[in-house]
Amino acid sequence: MSRHSKIYWSGFCVVMALLIVAPLVLPEFWRRFLTEVLIWGLLAMSSDLLIGYTGMISFGHSAFFGLGMYGAAAALLLVSPPNLWLAMGLGLAGAAGAALFVAYFSTRLRDIYFAITTLIFSQIFYVIIFTSTSLTGGENGLIFSRPHFTIPFLYDVRFNGTTLHWFVLAVVTASYLILRRVTQSPFGMVLQSIRENEARTRAIGYPLQRYKIVAVMLSGVFAGLAGVLYAVQNEFAAPDFVYFITSGDTVIFNVMGGIGTLVGPIVGAGFFQLLRELLSRAFGDQFPYLIPLGFIFIVMIIFLPQGLLGFARRWLNR
Amino acid sequence: MNAIAEFFQNIPIDLLLIQTINGIVTGMILALVASGLTLIFGIMDVVNFAHGELFMLGAYVGVVVFALTGNFWLALIASSAIVAILGAAMQILTLRPLIGRDPLNTILATFGISLILQNFVLWQFGPVARKISEPITTHFNLFYLEYPWYRLVIAGLSAAIIGVFWLFLKRSKFGVWIRATTQDRVMAQAMGIPVPWVYTGVFAIGAAMAAASGVLFAPMAGVSHTMGLDWVLKAFIVVVVGGMGSLGGSIAAAIFISLLEAYASIWVSPAQAVIVSFVVLILTLLFRPTGLFVPTPK
Repeated sequence: MSRHSKIYWSGFCVVMALLIVAPLVLPEFWRRFLTEVLIWGLLAMSSDLLIGYTGMISFGHSAFFGLGMYGAAAALLLVSPPNLWLAMGLGLAGAAGAALFVAYFSTRLRDIYFAITTLIFSQIFYVIIFTSTSLTGGENGLIFSRPHFTIPFLYDVRFNGTTLHWFVLAVVTASYLILRRVTQSPFGMVLQSIRENEARTRAIGYPLQRYKIVAVMLSGVFAGLAGVLYAVQNEFAAPDFVYFITSGDTVIFNVMGGIGTLVGPIVGAGFFQLLRELLSRAFGDQFPYLIPLGFIFIVMIIFLPQGLLGFARRWLNR
Repeated sequence: MNAIAEFFQNIPIDLLLIQTINGIVTGMILALVASGLTLIFGIMDVVNFAHGELFMLGAYVGVVVFALTGNFWLALIASSAIVAILGAAMQILTLRPLIGRDPLNTILATFGISLILQNFVLWQFGPVARKISEPITTHFNLFYLEYPWYRLVIAGLSAAIIGVFWLFLKRSKFGVWIRATTQDRVMAQAMGIPVPWVYTGVFAIGAAMAAASGVLFAPMAGVSHTMGLDWVLKAFIVVVVGGMGSLGGSIAAAIFISLLEAYASIWVSPAQAVIVSFVVLILTLLFRPTGLFVPTPK
């Protein structure tokens, strides 16, 4: 084992240990807070595959998140007793379908045009979900009960706050390890070469559009996974999460935490949510916390474009 | 076949005509918004995510000035001027430091601005929609409707603003600077054109156009803090469908899309009619990604 991987994996174990112990020592509110940060972190991490590694900014991740959420909702409402794995499967299928649709069209365009088209496509899903009231509950969304954690024929237990946190942590960690493996694979190398020099990558002979479609779909599936987790955690699905705000938050998490690091977006999500919580505690619930956060965001783009973890970017990707 | 024939026979001609006029009126406002966006994009390579927020802010400044003075036309001018100054300040503070960086940074920075503006307005004015009363209250008869003259005045006024702007680009000294900067930034700078100030000026003009359309639109529907996103999305669609950076294309696309949406809302609810413009966008991307209303690139 090289020195780098020794330090890396021991750091990984320390963080994991802290996150595993956290729900046992934290009060109820902060445990829930941490679980949600992990879920938002997973969403941001999925979009980092596009922003940080492929150089495509997606403003449409709310669509994948939302489809994961509504897919899970459908599975939980239609099948009784509600089954966690079925919810996950249907949520991921929904997100993958949405991602294929968005990817097929938007990867025809580059840079800014890609960002705009993903935004517009995510709004299509929002309008459809918002207006088909009979199917999705429209503005009110859907309410369902939380499934049990099951291993078929072996084990069946009701989630409580702590075990749900561990479940979310396990899913997010697995996603991180998979995404890290993907970015270090030959496929991930091609994505990074698209980011560095698209024309040259095409000249070498890689079918760019196919690579981009797969990248968007992969990213969309993990965003959908975050949607499923959010649905399981909060026991509802609402059209608000399919709205543009969610996509915007995802981009903010990425920029604040540091793109191209995978863990950076999780840190960014935590930083954003923590600031927001502190601001509303200091100035009351009515305080428009997004105004100071917007200023911090702009200042970071100008003076700290690498984000909080940007200094460790090379090291983390080695 | 019979069903189709019946469908076409059942289209009410009067409704179609009314919607044509409605479509042209919204189309002209949209053209005014989109031409500001196109201008900023064509010259600075900046996709101004905050453009819809400038539209919204313009409408709110209009509401305030109108409440103070009671004069709609004064509100229109004051709002354009104030938002233009604000736009210039925004450009100097946030976009100027980003010149020369990846253009994706500018989309993020303007997104941050839109976040601040939207929440500022929500904080100051609350979530309840405001309204400005129409400056021209006379109507004329259109079939069974009393159609307000004001809407036709808006369409004419929007067209006039775009026309003046076009003349300004073609005839004035600053217009020549703008066109020179669009063609070749480095060369323009070498010729002594103050390129950073051209950028600031262009951003201010774009902001003023967005604010003017916001005030013009305000009497037709309520003014709310969420209207910005709807309009910026529509304007983005228009800019892509019309061909990026082409002023004429944007205007044609704005009217085309607004007409389609107006016709669609004869049969479906206005919220669903938006999907029509999305479909136009998808078809454009599939078959003519350079834009519908520009000559085929060689």
